Amino acid sequence: MMCDLAMFLGEQVKVMNGVEGFMYPNEIGLQWSVLIVLYPFITGLVAGAFILASLERVFRVEAVKPTYRLALLTALSFLIVAPLPLQLHLGHPERSPEMYFTPHSTSAMAMFGYVYLWYLMAVLVFEIWLDYRRDIVLLSQSTKGPVQWIYKVMTLGSDNISPRSLHIDEKVGWIVTLIGIPSAFLLHGYVGFIFGSIKANPWWSSPLMPVVFIFSAMVSGIAGVMLIYMAMTKLRGQKIDIRCVDTIAMYLFYIFIIDFSLEMLDLIHRIYEADESFRSLNFMVHTKLYVPHIVIQILLGTLTPLILLFITQLVKLPEQVRKRMYVTAGSLALVGIFAMRWNVVIGGQLFSKSFLGYTTYKMALVTKEGSLVAAGLTVLPLFILWALVKLLPPWTAEHVRQATTGD
Amino acid sequence: MSAFKDAGHLFRFAGLFVLAFIIFLVVRGYVVPRSFGQYGHYRGAAIGEIAARPVKFAGHETCETCHSDVLDVKSKGKHAHVNCEACHGPLAKHADDPSSVTPVKPDTAVLCARCHTASAAKPKGFPQVDPVDHSNGVPCETCHQPHSPAIEAAAAPAASAGGAK
Amino acid sequence: MPAAAVAWKAVLAGTPEQAPNYKLSDHWWGMLIDVPKCIGCGNCVRACQAENDVPDGYFRTWVERYHVEDENMTNPEVISPDGGKEGFPVAKEDAGKYFFVPKMCNHCTDSPCTQVCPVGATFVTPDGVVLIDQKYCLGCAYCVQACPYGCRYIHPEKKVADKCTLCYHRITKGLTTACCENCPTGARQLVDLKNPKDPIHEFLKTHPVQVLKPQMATGAKAYYNGLDGSVR
Repeated sequence: MMCDLAMFLGEQVKVMNGVEGFMYPNEIGLQWSVLIVLYPFITGLVAGAFILASLERVFRVEAVKPTYRLALLTALSFLIVAPLPLQLHLGHPERSPEMYFTPHSTSAMAMFGYVYLWYLMAVLVFEIWLDYRRDIVLLSQSTKGPVQWIYKVMTLGSDNISPRSLHIDEKVGWIVTLIGIPSAFLLHGYVGFIFGSIKANPWWSSPLMPVVFIFSAMVSGIAGVMLIYMAMTKLRGQKIDIRCVDTIAMYLFYIFIIDFSLEMLDLIHRIYEADESFRSLNFMVHTKLYVPHIVIQILLGTLTPLILLFITQLVKLPEQVRKRMYVTAGSLALVGIFAMRWNVVIGGQLFSKSFLGYTTYKMALVTKEGSLVAAGLTVLPLFILWALVKLLPPWTAEHVRQATTGD
Repeated sequence: MSAFKDAGHLFRFAGLFVLAFIIFLVVRGYVVPRSFGQYGHYRGAAIGEIAARPVKFAGHETCETCHSDVLDVKSKGKHAHVNCEACHGPLAKHADDPSSVTPVKPDTAVLCARCHTASAAKPKGFPQVDPVDHSNGVPCETCHQPHSPAIEAAAAPAASAGGAK
Repeated sequence: MPAAAVAWKAVLAGTPEQAPNYKLSDHWWGMLIDVPKCIGCGNCVRACQAENDVPDGYFRTWVERYHVEDENMTNPEVISPDGGKEGFPVAKEDAGKYFFVPKMCNHCTDSPCTQVCPVGATFVTPDGVVLIDQKYCLGCAYCVQACPYGCRYIHPEKKVADKCTLCYHRITKGLTTACCENCPTGARQLVDLKNPKDPIHEFLKTHPVQVLKPQMATGAKAYYNGLDGSVR
């Protein structure tokens, strides 16, 4: 096998404008940039954050209640930003409404437009509105200044916060969350299917792709909300609910195991079957993708956090140590999931469909699709979250909901 | 009915959806092109638009309507199936209005070499020579008449064989 | 007057519809590529660029040169310098075999590119040609990713998808494609699969031909005669 690789190397190395070996002439420049890496990362955070919220609402995991509203607001912040990398990437963003007016039913991308809209309006916005409605009505009456008008609009003209109406909200909200769970799976599963259904690209084409995307989304979303909760609580000068964080970390650990198993299954299957694409893809992973895939995604971004979380599950360590380990594990997990998206999107374009060559991704700094824009889009949701938290504080109404959930 | 009284806000929310949907349908009616869906899920008018693009190569049949003398010479030689514009370039504009565009005579040093420079990669039966060994810089048309390249058939170097009747 | 000249008059008259003697349902277009005849002159690549204003660095058609040594079919050495536009460097005789393979859009019947387009900007016409409606295309490049043959690209100025149109503006007027017109050896020939009298149709019936990547089941209609197993 190594002899094969060496022979392959020796014959194919002809480096010209970043191309080694042979690529079809139109394949040399990458079509999908770092913005298209960012897009599944962001929607993944949305889906994952929502699943964490649903743990409390539907599965009645009491311990994670402190993060319920925060998880919903986080999901909304990221969902609002999600279309931006796509718009920046399109050659004609002004034509993007065509996806809603004449969606092509055989295109996963087109159908995704509707899934996104459904999830945004009928699930996320609806659920947030139902959960916050009492606060919104009260704030629309008590707030002074221009912000009061925002609250007034959000009440939709109804100031009914009688116990019966809030009870109805509770019941309807439960159903919305219930529907929201498969909707969240659909949201990110579709993104996985957008890649997984492309038979032309053997790095992408796999029935496992939507499933891997969903589970890695859950890992990123849960880790993300955990980190945001810990950071925000610290910033507010409050005490972190350690039981909450312990529970989140436990779920993170188990879901991470499933995610890792799925990716290992894909890898083992590829190595065992060794179809015509295998030699080329294997070479790519060992050379061009060595750092992003082996080092960052697997070693730093998956195995390290798994080991850290495993230790916390196995041994009862002091609170302070646990918190540090959770922060480390959560941060590494986020990096690892981003690396996974990178390796799928960019990796899938680095090798030739002739299996005879490789190209290079030259990421610019200041262009429309460059790294500065990507970095900006990654932090933008945090600013939106900050604004949302100011507008709809997550920490006031827990006792109210407890009072109304009589049955 | 008291149940509905306390659910009024939900009806308002639903109402927003219905309103948005109606607006969507109205806008869609205006925005979607008329011919969309004519043959399938695409703008039917696009077929006609693409078919109406300008033609740059006239095609050998058009050349032959005027240059039948060249056709007579060419059809007897090895270049019988090499079409006119393969060497002379796109000349639909000339075919349309001959006096407006005068075709430039191709440079045989570049042109002939592209096909006939010997290479192990080319099919064995294809006529190919090493330009240096074969002619050492002498222009190809000194000995070969491009329209019928076999040496026996050529007389003087080609000068006026391209003129129209 | 040949049909081409009649049609040319219609074009000059500014009439946007096709030439009056063309019916969509009468035709089903394909292409024959006769590999042993290709000499790698690059005329087709240059002609296509001239006919269709193809931007530099992008290719609606291109030619690849294969060098297969010692029956090592899974590891050919392939080059396509500037798509073969100015021909190829001279090859030295050695133990391996060489041949040229012109490539283009295969105008697939079950094309994966039209399947993934989110808005219906690319489609298969009733006469079997895969086209792009550049007034409708968003430039998302999903179709570029979905094509197994690498024949699509995003036009650098128009910012929409672009590719070989089988010279639709020519074949609907009784002309042949620019690449076929300019091929000096007849390695590329247009074929109308609905026309039993088409001589190339006859050739397809009497010779073993293949399509590229048959395992993709794209229903490709660019048929290759004499295609070596090493061709990717």
